[in-house]
Formats: sequence, C-alpha cells, structure tokens
Amino acid sequence: MSKQYKNTDTIRAGLKKRYAREKRFQFFGIASIFISFLFLLVLLVNIFSQGYPAFQQTYVKLDVKLDGSVIGVSKDSSPEELFKASYGKLIKNTLKEMFPGVKDRKKKRALKQLVSKSAAYDLRDKIIENPALLGTTQSFWFLAKDDVDVFMKGDIDRTLPEADRRIKDFQLKWIDKLLAENRLEKRFNTTFFTAGDSREPEQAGIKGALIGSLLTMLVTMALSFPIGVLAAIYLEEFAPQNNRWVDIIEININNLAAVPSIVFGLLGLAVFIGFFGVPRSAPLVGGLVLTLMTLPTIIIASRAAIKSVPPSIREAALGLGASKVQTTFGHVVPLAMPGILTGTIIGMAQALGETAPLLMIGMVAFVADVPQGILDPSTVMPVQIYLWSDSPERAFTERTSAAIMVLIAFLVVMNFIAVLLRKKFERKW
Amino acid sequence: MVTAMTDTTKEKQMTDQRDSINDRVANKESESNAADNRSSMDDIHKNEEFDIEINGTVGKPFVDNVKMSSRNCDVFYGDKQAIFDVNVDIGNHEILAMIGPSGCGKSTYLRVLNRMNDTIPICRVTGEHKLDGEDIYSKKMDPVLLRARVGMVFQKPNPFPKSIYDNVAYGAKLHGLVRTRSDLDDLVEKSLIRAGLWKEVKDDLHKPGTGLSGGQQQRLCIARTIAVDPEVILMDEPTSALDPIATALIEELMIELSGKYTIAIVTHSMQQAARVSNRTAYFHLGKLVEVNETDKVFTNPEHKLTENYITGRFG
Ligand SMILES: Nc1ncnc2c1ncn2[C@@H]1O[C@H](COP(=O)(O)OP(=O)(O)OP(=O)(O)O)[C@@H](O)[C@H]1O
Ligand SMILES: [Mg+2]
Repeated sequence: MSKQYKNTDTIRAGLKKRYAREKRFQFFGIASIFISFLFLLVLLVNIFSQGYPAFQQTYVKLDVKLDGSVIGVSKDSSPEELFKASYGKLIKNTLKEMFPGVKDRKKKRALKQLVSKSAAYDLRDKIIENPALLGTTQSFWFLAKDDVDVFMKGDIDRTLPEADRRIKDFQLKWIDKLLAENRLEKRFNTTFFTAGDSREPEQAGIKGALIGSLLTMLVTMALSFPIGVLAAIYLEEFAPQNNRWVDIIEININNLAAVPSIVFGLLGLAVFIGFFGVPRSAPLVGGLVLTLMTLPTIIIASRAAIKSVPPSIREAALGLGASKVQTTFGHVVPLAMPGILTGTIIGMAQALGETAPLLMIGMVAFVADVPQGILDPSTVMPVQIYLWSDSPERAFTERTSAAIMVLIAFLVVMNFIAVLLRKKFERKW
Repeated sequence: MVTAMTDTTKEKQMTDQRDSINDRVANKESESNAADNRSSMDDIHKNEEFDIEINGTVGKPFVDNVKMSSRNCDVFYGDKQAIFDVNVDIGNHEILAMIGPSGCGKSTYLRVLNRMNDTIPICRVTGEHKLDGEDIYSKKMDPVLLRARVGMVFQKPNPFPKSIYDNVAYGAKLHGLVRTRSDLDDLVEKSLIRAGLWKEVKDDLHKPGTGLSGGQQQRLCIARTIAVDPEVILMDEPTSALDPIATALIEELMIELSGKYTIAIVTHSMQQAARVSNRTAYFHLGKLVEVNETDKVFTNPEHKLTENYITGRFG
C-alpha cells in the first residue's frame, strides 16, 4: 500500500479485531437471552404441569331418594323451612344404601366423605328451586371429596402398602364400584373460577382473590397514575430549578423507591387504618398502601420520559405563543406517554405481586366471600397463593400452581392492555 | 482566547464555504468573495485582526421609526456573559440582518427579543427592551402575547411530530384566529404557498411534518410562523438548510413581508444579508461592533473588525 494513505492501512489492520469483538458481544447477548428464556420455560412448564390438574374436578353421580319426611319438609313447606332442613341426611342415606353393611364409626365417616360437603347445599338449592322434586328419586352429579379427586387424577398409588396411603383398601373398593357404575367423572372445574376461598379444597376457588386483586389494582391505578404523572410533570416542567426544596423532594422520592415494601404496610396500618379509620382487609386500604409503593416508580419513570422529550418541541410551541400548560399537555406529555405508560405498568405489575405490605393491613385473612366492593374484606391473588401453598392437602398444591397461572394470565392481560395503549400513543414520527 | 476560538471558527468556515458555493450559483457576482473565504483558512491561526478592541457600537444603531429596541442589554448563561451591553433599534418595516462569527451571540440576542431565553433556567437577561414603546420584560407584558406578536423561526428546524396541516394550523387554532374549517384550510394553504412548500406537500398534508427533508422542515417552520401573522418575525438562519431556489423564494418572502412586518434575520451568508436587509449589525464575541446601512457595511465598513469579517480575513 502506498505511504500516502497510512491511516487506511491502520484502520484496515484493526478491522478484524473490531469485528471479532462485535461477534463476541453478539454471542454473549444471544447466550444470555437463551439462558433467561430457558429459566422462564422451566418455570412455566413446572407451574403448568403442576397446576393444570386443578382445572379438572371429579364429580360423583348419586341417585338421591328425596324423601321429605326424613328431613321434615314437604312440597308445601315455606322456603325458609326448605332452607333450614339438613339435606346431608338424604345424601348419607343414599350412600348407606349404595354401600350397605358399613358399621365401623370410622368407616361410616369415611363413607360420608366420598362426596364434598357442598353436596348438601347443592341439593338444597335444587329443591328450593323446584320443591316438586320431593318424593321422587333423582340422580345428581355432586363434587367429589378432594381425596377421591386426587385419587382420580392418579396422584395416589394404589400399589403402595395400605398404611402409606391416604385412601385405604375399603375406600378403594367403594371407588372401584363407583367407577364400575360410571358414577365418577372428571369435568372442567368451574368451581375454581366461581367460588371464593374455602377450607375444603374441592370447594375452594380463586374468584374471591381475583376480584380482590382487580379492585385493589383499580384503586391503585386510579390514585397512583394521576398523582404520579402530575407530580412528575410538575417537578420536571414547572418546579423552580436549583431550588433546595425541589432537590430535597427529589432525593426523597428516589429514596422511597428503595424502601422495603413492608414499611409501606406499617405506614398504611398506622395512617389509613389507625388514623383515618379505613376498614381493614379491604381493597381500598390495600390500594392506598400499594399506591404509596407504586408512586415513586411512576414518578421516576415519568420524569425520565418527560425529560427525554426534545427541548426543541417545547421551544417550537412556546415560540408560537403557547402557554406553559398548553405546551406541556399538548406536546410534551403526549410524546412522553409511551414512557409514562411503561413506568406505570412496571409499577402496577409490582403492586399486583406484592404481599408483604398487605400482611400489615389484614389482607392475609381467610376470606371465603367474593368481595362486592372496595370496602368488603378481601384477599389478593399472591396472598391466596401463599395461603394455599401453606395448606397440607394435596389438592391445594395443584390449586397453588393453578392460582399462579391465573396470576400470570392476569399480568399478561394487564401488560397487553398497556402495550395496546402505548401503541396508540407511540407515533413513530 | 485565540486557540479556544479556532475550532468553532473552522466549523464556521466550512459553513461559509458551502454558503458561498450556493450563492455563487444564485448570483455569479460573488465569486471573488468566495475565493477570499477559502484562502483565509491559512491565516486563521495568526489572526491578530481578531483581537482588536471594541469600544461601543459604531455606525447608526438607532433609527427614528422604532419597532423594537434594546438598551444596555447584557445576557448571562450562569456566570458566563454571552452578550455585552448591546444598544440597538429595529425600525418599523425594516429588515435587520445580524452577522458575525459562530458563537458570537446572534441567536442569544435574537431570543432576547421574544423572551425565549426565559425557557433556559440559567439564562439571565438585563437591560431595557421595548416593543412599540412597551417594556417586554415588565411584569405587565404577557410572554404568551409577546411571542404571538414576535414570531420566531429557529436555527434548527423543529416541526411538531404532527401532520403538516396541524403544524401550520397550530398557532392559528391556539390563538383562535380562525372561525371555520374552510378559513383554516385557506390559511394553511396560503402560508404554505408563501413559504414555498405548497407544491411539494399539497397532496400529503396529513403526513407527518417530521417526515420531510431538512430544508422542507425549515420551510414548514417558516409557514407555521407566518400563519399567526406576527408583527415582528425573528429568523435564525432560516435558509442555512435550503437550496438556492428555496433560498431565493424565502428571501423574496422576506422582502414582501417587510412591507407589513418587521424582520430580524441572523445569517451566515453575507450575500443574503446584502440582498435582503436594510441595515446590517455585526456581532463579535458578544459585542455589537457596528450597525449601518447594509450597503455601507459591505462597501465601506466603519470598524476594522467588520471589514476583516466581511473580507473573510477570519471566520
Ligand atoms: N443554552 C446555553 N447554555 C449555555 N451557554 C449557551 C447557551 N446557548 C448559547 N450559549 C453560549 O452563548 C454564546 C453565544 O451563543 P449563540 O448561540 O448566541 O451563538 P450564535 O452567534 O448564534 O452562533 P451560531 O452562528 O453558531 O449559531 C456561545 O458562547 C454559547 O456557548
Ligand atoms: Mg445561532
């Protein structure tokens, strides 16, 4: 090469090294994506394989002789009387007839526990709906007890010695007989989506926690988004620069983002419940506490988004005679919106998965009813997951995983909405 | 001081060369001037011409028929002073050209006139500035109204990330200048025609303004500014990104507008200053060196620095 273009040679000599570095970087990048993807996959497969059985539930068919005299009611009884009668007896009698000769008290109890306790309530509802059924014999499908359900899903090995099994030999015989008569069936588990929590696994559902989470999130969103965004706008666009107070506020907001969330729970307990008397365990107080927790995230993200709007846009608007507020809301905020929404969704996702601050405000209680409003006692999904994972019954284990799946689905839906919103604001010009 | 200036001066030199090439196409008479510019590259480093002392403004900074005026104007960015004691008038229906080396404070002074510097927190403006005899920095003066009356075209094109139509219509809508949709349509069309952009965009009015080329964006910004009909228009190098044809069009527009409005224009093209302006102001390191009739500045400058600059002795 000619002496004249010395630089060209130097550059050419260095090229190979540069490309090698680029290749190396790409390799590491792809490797890390692959590894994180693998972890995610393992997690999902694990949860799914454990949780999917919970979406099925075993039902038992019983031919119940609806003899009103046994439980002291007749076709003409008032609805109150019908409501009060103990239908469990009818079911017990049916089972006794199907499996005669059970004398032992323990075995008698075991017999009763082939079907869920909810069978009696199901029966009651059906009779109240149509008292004319009394006196006839009808077949109904009832929820099976969780042990039967677990057995049906193949989670109990009948080859094990009897002492190591939850289902004993005599129970196996009953189940075999029911199976032979086609009286056991696995169906889609609607209970899981329509019921609140319960002590009995087969009656436990996620709906209470789902609605609780939804209401809590609505409260959190309704408070933290406007407050957070307005605070960010003020600090970024209107607050005096180099002001000591503004600096102090800024430092404090950044510090708040790093405060352990349980501390917000304590604060919520002291201030919202203790001082303002907001009902405990309710989505309202949960939402308030989570708002405190989410605010710093939203403020910091929104400020970054607002800061990244080019100043020339502000100048253009101001130069045409737009006022400060018109410039901010007409130009700056719309351009910052995608970033603001990203911050909000991160904050909301955090809030959705939070349990620690809710411990302090009584949302970790056992709540069987589905909350009707933001003042009803309720629980939220992560808390429900925690409670179930703590329960000894095998059937709760699968429900734990199923609840995690529902939580993830909730998160995905939430993110999806955010992505749609962001797309709406994100004009690539 | 001299070494600190070298980099920026070099940069400016390049711009100037480009300008002069443009201008040569536009009007052939400037050839000798451009040649001067290029040869000056060599003696840039030993420019004692640059450090001549400035004692107040020479020439005729004041006029009878005043539209805007500044007295004892100092501007500071933090601790750093960018403008030193500028005293000047801008006459009614006049085109005042501001020339000077890069970084000498032309943009800064222009932004004093519509309080655009208010948006820079560290920027502090002193002195007395008037529009039609009213103090523009007084409490009574509303900056929103001021900026509607004193429009500005910025050095870097900054269209809104909205459609071309919305860009032009924005100011009029903001101030409620038009009643009906068809009036607005007419205004947009008229403004785009005057800025010489209409032919190129008339079928794409609803495409994004940011999707235009740099020169088209600059003309869009000009259209946007004249759509509000300001009394004074401040233009910061409005044609630095334009080709000679568009430049000629904008220059014509300026001359036409000066019948009705007052215009202050910053330019790096001395040919442009010579072609459009009535008076020319020469800034040097934050000081206003000379203001005179444009003819006089370019044929017989009073100050040595002005002469050095226009003959291309330095950047
Ligand atoms: N926002 C700012 N903050 C701090 N200093 C600034 C700011 N804007 C301009 N300056 C300084 O003020 C001086 C004058 O700048 P100005 O932009 O007015 O120059 P100019 O004459 O317009 O130059 P050019 O011809 O390159 O546009 C420069 O030294 C610059 O560093
Ligand atoms: Mg400038």
